[in-house]
Amino acid sequence: MSLQTSNMRWPEEEDMREITLSQAVNEALAEEMRRDETVFIIGEDVAEAGTPFKVLSGLVEEFGTERVVDTPISEPGFMGLAVGAAMTGTRPVVDLMFGDFIYLIMDQLCNQAAKTHYMSGGKMSAPLVLRTNMGATRRSAAQHSQSLHALVAHIPGLKVAMPSSAYEAKGLMKTAIRDNNPVVIFEDKLMYNDKAPVPEEEFLIPFGEANIKREGSDITLIATSSMVQVCEAAAEILAKEGIDAEVIDPRTIVPLDEETLIASAKKTSRVIVVDEGHQSYGITGEIAGRINEKAFYHLDAPVLRMGAMDVPVPFSPALEDITVPTPEAVAENARKLMSGEMIHAA
Amino acid sequence: MAKTKTNTEDYLRMYRQMVRIRSFEDNANQLYLSAKMPGLTHMYSGEEAVAVGICEALKVTDKITSTHRGHGHCVAKGANFKEMFCELLGKEEGYCRGKGGSMHIADQSNGNLGANAIVGGSMGIATGSAFTAKMLGKDDVTVCFFGDGATAQGLMYEVMNMAALWNLPVIYACENNGYSEYTKTEEIAAGLITARAEAFGIEAHQVDGQDVLAVNELTQDLVARARKGKGPFFMELMTYRYHGHHVGDINREYYRSKNEEKDWKENRDPIIKFRGWLVEQGIASEDEIEAMNAEVKKDAEEAVAYAEAAPYPGQAEVDMHVFTDVKHALA
Repeated sequence: MSLQTSNMRWPEEEDMREITLSQAVNEALAEEMRRDETVFIIGEDVAEAGTPFKVLSGLVEEFGTERVVDTPISEPGFMGLAVGAAMTGTRPVVDLMFGDFIYLIMDQLCNQAAKTHYMSGGKMSAPLVLRTNMGATRRSAAQHSQSLHALVAHIPGLKVAMPSSAYEAKGLMKTAIRDNNPVVIFEDKLMYNDKAPVPEEEFLIPFGEANIKREGSDITLIATSSMVQVCEAAAEILAKEGIDAEVIDPRTIVPLDEETLIASAKKTSRVIVVDEGHQSYGITGEIAGRINEKAFYHLDAPVLRMGAMDVPVPFSPALEDITVPTPEAVAENARKLMSGEMIHAA
Repeated sequence: MAKTKTNTEDYLRMYRQMVRIRSFEDNANQLYLSAKMPGLTHMYSGEEAVAVGICEALKVTDKITSTHRGHGHCVAKGANFKEMFCELLGKEEGYCRGKGGSMHIADQSNGNLGANAIVGGSMGIATGSAFTAKMLGKDDVTVCFFGDGATAQGLMYEVMNMAALWNLPVIYACENNGYSEYTKTEEIAAGLITARAEAFGIEAHQVDGQDVLAVNELTQDLVARARKGKGPFFMELMTYRYHGHHVGDINREYYRSKNEEKDWKENRDPIIKFRGWLVEQGIASEDEIEAMNAEVKKDAEEAVAYAEAAPYPGQAEVDMHVFTDVKHALA
């Protein structure tokens, strides 16, 4: 996948060098671990192996096995351990090898970490980061390909970040580690080798601030994670046809920068929300619902949702590839919205 | 009874703490039966020697994690009646501003990281607390309280494995009261419970949980060794809950007999047993004990009256403390 960077406005491009998303995460962790000695990484094969995706390579050499902690294959155990560690004065970064394993840790994440601050009346907190991944089309079948961010975004008390490039991956990770709440970061595992310009100097990306990746006036494409690239490609296709699409990346879905999304919807009057989670009961429906409630009279067409198909992710490439939104499919829906074809679709 | 503490004050404080727990629970039960307490609660009565024997061996800076049957742990670790009753009644002055209630009561000022309404749910937290102590070079010890029912949870084996691999300063304290909710423990637990810890190379002890001095003596030894990096340890404390699984579990003869309950209450009560020992040893007279009992009873009644009159949190409180950095999450 190619990555559009032409609209990145800050910092100046001459300060940037291109690094992969994987390197960006690695840098963010190393910088924060140097800055704060209470930060540690815990998970399966995080030390010498540096994870199967090699995202953490080199960290154990600098920080040692006491701060880059290899665990047994016990996801609920090390997640629970991280909650207790966070409650008592450290800042764990939990590495969950595949996002699909989130089902295994739901009690510790959602019943324990998410509720610690609230249930204690604000007296305790669990400042931890759960790093995990998402994304299909890696031929990994139904238990290693899911995008499950909607599950955790549903739970009050958890923040959820979805970096769409190396730049976001670094800035959001550093912010997450400094946040006093539990934060879940979903990295798209197909993007680990994608390069993007990332500043040499330190920077953070605040949560709850959407990024307008491409300005446009005819239609708004709201996209998360790798779907930002998909929508930028769709916008290129549409531009050749005279349709001027705006592409917005919320960057964090909790908190959600509703203001920027609503303002864009009011400006363009047409919106498609694109996300790699299953379409039903997902992020696309949530964002579409909010736009419907707050920009209804400004809309010239129903807000469309485009998520992953509501099927378990199939193994066969012939099947898997059709389960996720593509630039062509987004462009096709945009054309329909522009032509008025879908106004009475319901 | 075993002998550990030699200081008269320590013995009297242990006795007082056990009576405070019993008194707290008697009042909490009454609040429930008279419909003054919202929700439900799980009584600790009968198990006092466990919480007190253990917590009297800990420092304020040591941590505990507690369970749904957690009032005893909370009192034993140093909590006040007023804030506890306020919490049980959902009042703003409660330890958790009324947002946790009986099943989530926590008192971080005394190192109580909180009760947990998921059976076995705090085992990771306790192990993580011990991890912090080791990582930051503190000598804090964490005690993880849980019931025999929780030994059926997989999380326990995952964290005991890690605690043993990394020599974490955590003590797993299994309060075996014989019943896993409404089922006899022998019907849900195969083999010996201590053997499960031993399988990880963890030193495990079974102790009479009705003998506060025996519990205290063992805990002091384990805590001292855990502080020196010799942990983790495992204790199985044989005890009994006087009430049902929760306060509403009144008709329970289908799973245990009244005779069995009577026998434990009359012949194995931890408070009666320790009281007898105190008098026999000349540490306190019957009159002094009665005076202490009356004083605790009065304290509890005053705290209940205070909590009943205390204000509820305002409605604006509902979306506070969802996140640490957002005053009102829904604003």
